[in-house]
Amino acid sequence: MKCGVLQFPGSCDEVDALQAAERVGEAELIWHGDRDLRGADAIVVPGGFSYGDYLRAGAIARFAPAMESVIEFAREGGLVLGICNGFQVLCEARLLPGALLVNANRRFTFRQLDLEVLNAETSFTGACSAGDRLSIPAKHAWGRYYADEPTLAAMRERGQIVLRYAPGENFNGSLHDIAGVCNEAGNVFGLMPHPEHAIDELTGGSTDGLRIFESMRLAVEGARA
Amino acid sequence: MRARVLIRPKQGILDPQGVAVERALPALGFAGVGNVHVGRLVELDVQDASQLQPMCEKLLANPLVEDFEVELLG
Repeated sequence: MKCGVLQFPGSCDEVDALQAAERVGEAELIWHGDRDLRGADAIVVPGGFSYGDYLRAGAIARFAPAMESVIEFAREGGLVLGICNGFQVLCEARLLPGALLVNANRRFTFRQLDLEVLNAETSFTGACSAGDRLSIPAKHAWGRYYADEPTLAAMRERGQIVLRYAPGENFNGSLHDIAGVCNEAGNVFGLMPHPEHAIDELTGGSTDGLRIFESMRLAVEGARA
Repeated sequence: MRARVLIRPKQGILDPQGVAVERALPALGFAGVGNVHVGRLVELDVQDASQLQPMCEKLLANPLVEDFEVELLG
């Protein structure tokens, strides 16, 4: 699998995302002004504060030239993973339903937390089983997932609610403890916690984050076979 | 033409900034305060006022979670 990792002015987690993707395949950075995704099999939109998060997190990054190509890539069925700010960018681009709002506690919060896998049948969780717990850090101020109730009901029905915060872990006030969602087609996925920071016991508290990248590799190679 | 765009969180969506202000005011002795919401104000010069609506929908506001109101200041 060849993974393209976007880099915006203000991104800060693109190198960790690159290293995580390199654990399961090849990876390279793609500058926000570049429309060429260089034959990537999958795209990661990383965390950080793209374009200073001015106006709303992800609102401006969503119009970057590289994002225009990513929107096209996603419409053709390409795998796109958005982490934290990347999740916000994908929601702003309407590749994912809903929006991320300021944390209910109003604070930038960092913590290692447990996530529960609700749907293990996606291209991003295929290396997990439903009910698995993943220990992954989260660090953000704008992570409260919101969508209106009819949208949430339809998402639940279709298995688009992929990850949720384990009981007691939902510090940001996300509706229904939602931590990660996919689009209807299942090829675009976003989550607020950071799997790319949990690939090494020494620095990440666990290696559970690798399972997301491993799942993507399995999906890409499965589609090729 | 000068225009003013007022952007507010949609009703029914938790507005933690509004809640914080609502709690702070009574602590300063201002009684009888309720239903506080904090939004955003964008003022801009535009040549074509008909562009304001699409500008708001595309960039200035997120219609999923925010309401907006355009005022022309002349």
